[in-house]
Amino acid sequence: MSEAVPAAARGSPPAALDLLRRLPEFLTIWVPLLLSAGHLVSFALWTIWVSFTPSTLVPVSGWTGMRNYTAVMATRNWQIAFDNLLVFGCGFVLLSLLTGLLLAILLDQRIRGENVLRSIFLYPMAVSFVVTGTVWSWLLNPGIGIQKLVNGLGWTSFRFDWLIDRDMAIWTVVIAAVWQSSGFAMALFLAGLRSVDADLIKAAQIDGAGPIRMYRRVILPTLWPITVTVVVIQLQFAITTFDLVRALTGGGPGIATQLPALVVYDFMFQRGLLARGAAAAVLMLLILLAVLLPYAAWRYVQHRQAAHA
Amino acid sequence: MREGTFAPGRILVYLVVWLIAAAYLVPFAVVVLNSLRTAEEIAQTSMIGWPKQLAWNNYATAWADFCVAQTCAGIRPYMLNSALVTIPATVVSTLLGSIAGYAVSLWRFRGDRWIYGIVTLGIFLPQQMRLLPWTIVLRDIGLTNTLTGLVLIHTIQGLSFTVLFCRNYYIAIPQELIRAARIDGAGFYRIFWRIVLPLSPPILIVTVIWQFTHIWNEFLYGVTFTTGQQQPVTAALIALSAAVADIPQHGVQSAAVIIAALPTLLVYLLGGKYFVRGLTAGAVK
Repeated sequence: MSEAVPAAARGSPPAALDLLRRLPEFLTIWVPLLLSAGHLVSFALWTIWVSFTPSTLVPVSGWTGMRNYTAVMATRNWQIAFDNLLVFGCGFVLLSLLTGLLLAILLDQRIRGENVLRSIFLYPMAVSFVVTGTVWSWLLNPGIGIQKLVNGLGWTSFRFDWLIDRDMAIWTVVIAAVWQSSGFAMALFLAGLRSVDADLIKAAQIDGAGPIRMYRRVILPTLWPITVTVVVIQLQFAITTFDLVRALTGGGPGIATQLPALVVYDFMFQRGLLARGAAAAVLMLLILLAVLLPYAAWRYVQHRQAAHA
Repeated sequence: MREGTFAPGRILVYLVVWLIAAAYLVPFAVVVLNSLRTAEEIAQTSMIGWPKQLAWNNYATAWADFCVAQTCAGIRPYMLNSALVTIPATVVSTLLGSIAGYAVSLWRFRGDRWIYGIVTLGIFLPQQMRLLPWTIVLRDIGLTNTLTGLVLIHTIQGLSFTVLFCRNYYIAIPQELIRAARIDGAGFYRIFWRIVLPLSPPILIVTVIWQFTHIWNEFLYGVTFTTGQQQPVTAALIALSAAVADIPQHGVQSAAVIIAALPTLLVYLLGGKYFVRGLTAGAVK
């Protein structure tokens, strides 16, 4: 795969000297790449190994089989986190997908001020989840936020207290997450809409298709590969969500808004159960792989089809 | 592209799109307004309201006087920490990513595809899988609770993104250009300096913006590996909320939130095009 080495072709300096001369470039190429690849592989393998040991406060060797996994999965913390992940993952992905698609279609109507609007929909992506979480924790706090405002305006029986409602609290995370990242879905969808074949649209127009039919029959079907990408990226975000919940609900009320990443942190750094924490982290990775591997396979098939077509 | 739409439909489109835009702006507007209201005023009404008189004082307090975890120096030291972590980590990871991206896309060497493939896996590997190993590595090299430790982490982890961005950009440079330069006797660095780097500004801007916003906004490593005075501003904001849980200071807290969000917001406003390009480049792996 690598090409003929030109230094050898020139041939003048002795091999050892040549090697020495090329040492700096060799190091510049390999050191960063090896640090990056090396830390990824060794860290992942090491965490997987720890998840099978009886480690508590410090890593120790030993083999406990699947015990840490069964123990983690038996905790209420993990069960709630997993259920929340299902609700949050589906709710957030679906809502941000729909919002993003709606915004993209609206922006695609040749409207004035498109750039300003696009900037408005995307600016939440530039702030941290900590900031997003903090701000929404104020807005959704019934004592000082939207509920207080509406109550103060005269509608005293108005209730919007999901933040302190065990059953609904996870939806506050959904709201904040949709606010933060639906603009991202919009950006990808808009790029997709803009790359729809113009001839296709012309043909449909000649056939007399109205705007709604045009979207349903002609334009939206071409967007589904982008939709898959958006879904996968948003799911990846949902599975690893940590900061947002820490800032918004702190995992509460009680443990009502736990998510896997918080459980990992809790085991590792609050309870000092390293092996359990590592097992929870590996479980997180498995959930992620359940999303990413089919996606990778799908991409692979698509590429091959494109290559053969 | 959609011709012949009639006026009422267009009015509806404008109405809906601006209503949603307003909804997106509300949280920001609320925080800006609150940052100019006194704690008493907020307590009497709600977080959402127009300031009666402008309490600019909130910013001074948030910046330099406020107490976070027994230290009353405002969020200034934490902003400084974030800057001291973000700037070096951004510069170094971008530089190394650019060279490595050039090496795997244009220079080529034995094993380049393999190593590149593994490096890009870093985009998917959750931070939770690296938390414990980093704890041990930082302890062993004596960088626990230091900004240098965070710089190291963000530099190495950032490589996955910077190498990917640069490689995908450089791959479009014609291989013949490099081959011709090599036949002329140009070496690794000379080709990088003379051919690759002059073509790089767009991708370097995208990469720098991406790295800057991500590292500035990062929280998990900051809160795990640093404590007290060494924490970056994201961790300090959380500590601040916890510290004032009894006597809320929403005006000052809002000012602190604005200050903490300002660097990345400015980067976004100034380099919006490149910011979006980074988002989509990261998406279309």
